[in-house]
Amino acid sequence: MTEIIPLSDLMPGSKAIITGLCAEGGMRRRLQDLGFVEGSEVDCVNISPLGDPTAYRISSTIIALRREDADTIKVKITPS
Amino acid sequence: MDSSNLDINHFNILGGLSVQKQSDSDYVIALAGNPNVGKSTIFNTLTGMKQHTGNWPGKTVENTQGYYKLNRQGYILVDIPGSYSLMARSAEEEVARDFICFGNPDAIIVVCDATSLQRNLNLVLQIIETGKRTVVCVNLLDEANQRKIQLNLDLLEKRLGVPVVGTTARSNQGLDQLMATLAVSLKKPTPESIIEYPEYVQQSIAKLAPLIKPYTGNHLSAEWIAARLLDGDQSFYQSLTDFLGLDLKEQTAIKNTLKEIKNNFRKSGITQLELEDAMAEVFVLKSIEIFQGVVKEPAIPSDKKDRKLDKLFTSKTTGFPIMFLLLLLVFWITISGANVPSAILAKALFGLEDWLANAAITIGVPTILIDMLIHGVFNVVAWVVSVMLPPMAIFFPMFTLLEDFGYLPRVAFNLDRLFKSCDACGKQALTMCMGFGCNAVGVTGSKIIDSPRERLIAIITNNFVPCNGRFPILISIISIFLVGSTVGSLNTFFGALILVTTILFGVGMTFLISKILSMTVLKGVPSSFTLELPPYRKPQVGKVIVRSIIDRTLKVLGRAIIAAAPAGLIIWTLNNLQMGNTTLLNSITSLFDPFGKALGMDGAIIIGFILGLPANEIAMPIIIMIYSAQRGLIELEGAALGQLLIQNGWTWVTAISTLLFTLMHWPCATTLLTIRKETQSSKWTIISFLVPTLAGIIITFLFNSVVSLFF
Repeated sequence: MTEIIPLSDLMPGSKAIITGLCAEGGMRRRLQDLGFVEGSEVDCVNISPLGDPTAYRISSTIIALRREDADTIKVKITPS
Repeated sequence: MDSSNLDINHFNILGGLSVQKQSDSDYVIALAGNPNVGKSTIFNTLTGMKQHTGNWPGKTVENTQGYYKLNRQGYILVDIPGSYSLMARSAEEEVARDFICFGNPDAIIVVCDATSLQRNLNLVLQIIETGKRTVVCVNLLDEANQRKIQLNLDLLEKRLGVPVVGTTARSNQGLDQLMATLAVSLKKPTPESIIEYPEYVQQSIAKLAPLIKPYTGNHLSAEWIAARLLDGDQSFYQSLTDFLGLDLKEQTAIKNTLKEIKNNFRKSGITQLELEDAMAEVFVLKSIEIFQGVVKEPAIPSDKKDRKLDKLFTSKTTGFPIMFLLLLLVFWITISGANVPSAILAKALFGLEDWLANAAITIGVPTILIDMLIHGVFNVVAWVVSVMLPPMAIFFPMFTLLEDFGYLPRVAFNLDRLFKSCDACGKQALTMCMGFGCNAVGVTGSKIIDSPRERLIAIITNNFVPCNGRFPILISIISIFLVGSTVGSLNTFFGALILVTTILFGVGMTFLISKILSMTVLKGVPSSFTLELPPYRKPQVGKVIVRSIIDRTLKVLGRAIIAAAPAGLIIWTLNNLQMGNTTLLNSITSLFDPFGKALGMDGAIIIGFILGLPANEIAMPIIIMIYSAQRGLIELEGAALGQLLIQNGWTWVTAISTLLFTLMHWPCATTLLTIRKETQSSKWTIISFLVPTLAGIIITFLFNSVVSLFF
């Protein structure tokens, strides 16, 4: 079984499955509305020139998240 | 209470706008959808209006309405801001939600992006749940086609239970069918929600709904309201309370039932968080369920080209250099392209002034009137037009091309780290880009920023980005003093380079002031935010040019003229009222001389900026007028203008001080009024006035102190 890591640790080019969400309040709901729910597939697309934020592909769209927000999403890496 | 008596007039319609019907039988149709799915294009095509569209979230920040007629039936289309969810996070999403939920539209067209239908369905399901008539418009079919995405819209319609129409709005495909379908659906009963909450939620809704019904009548779905009482969105509840004119949770029966429900949840070990998660996830899961079978995507993501472009525009090595080069390119083209048409326009307009004056004399108009209206008002307006029109007509289309292409969100993506270190939001980069065109637009655009604190920072600092009205001053000073007055491509290149350096200094000041604000009056930590990087789109060059000239250039120019005309009258009066042996304008000028000198400028320059309050573009002409002591603004070009300035004591220090002060002084009157409107606060308007003004005074003072040490 692969270990569970925060989404912010996902490297560009790798894919993962969301296992849980720790964000709170309005941001939690916004992430859910954008498709960040348990079981969804997410992949890390690229990192901004200054190292933060990072762009992720979720529900066929590209969403950039800051490290703190990506930290609140827990994922399990899918072997490529 | 008998709910059948509840007339719509019983409620307070929300939505931040009053819909202007042409006839009582007109239907009001809201155009809703995620950001950047082509709502504005659909709106423009249907209504023949020129609402500007842009390839980034947050383009439509104000409600816009237009008229459409089909078979003698009128439809008022309302283009509302894009939103991901009815659970609003930003001020603009609240506007959208309030209009959909409480603005009493007869139907809602939910526009979806065919290339990301699954995410879009979330909002569709939420809107269907409200019980309002809904038509789903799956737009951008051409892009889906290119990406080899196959859609079964008949199946989608069957699964959703509301009409679905596929469109490619850009080439006007499917829009007639969309409106025909809408017309039919308006005669049909309202849709049923297809969302199934977990059993325990459904039961609670069933208990609450009958109690809510007497207060909402047939205007809002009682089941939907019941669900919202359970998931507890505060901002939504506030709007609901405003709409109903009463606090639903305080009505005895509802209050008791809610209490009982929460007690039951507690007994069964269901926390509020679990409840809210379940109620949010059910939408996403339903979207996935519907999506499967409706959409067939190629196995490998079909956005290879986009990711390649992203690598170019946002990578560590090329991201920033390309941003700099694009900025340089845009200004280089603007400067080198604007020179000649500016001169031609000036010649024509000032020729017209002489002709008008002569004609007026011939027909016997009193000299004082000729002086005042033709050499006063017309003259100033002519200045503004000839100085502003050419750079705007070049700058706006180029900027719009970048916008439509989808580059701006990448700028926000690249710069967010810097904004974060100033405790601000990366979307501020977008409002700054709007500021290049017009600071008032940048201020209005700040609605896209979720956190009110970060939105205020964006509003207060927007003025550090020079708007189009200030470019002409910057350009003329740079070309006269800093690169020599001859027009050559190398000189214009250096001119653009200095202009970009000036702009970058303004950007640096934006960061500095944002940080200072975050540490003082607007204390706080950076809030969470999500930024969508939309697919790149091929800009429609022809349409962009036409639209940006009609929509932006003429609009901004029109506003400048409205401001310039009365200013022309004031300047003329001040310059023609004698005080002893000098004019009133001259005596005021000498009053400000010591202040100006301390900042490396003089009284005339300060007066230019003060009288330029209505529109910055008249500042330079006023300065020249004071120097030349002529009765009216005069037209001086290149070398002659340089000579006049040198005769009046200008040095490179004066030039740089004026450059800095142009970049940093009070916002123009339009911007100040917009800030007042957006913040609803005199305090923040005054702060927005003081911050750039003080920054300008301090920076020019420091600059001169340092210079005087060495020279």
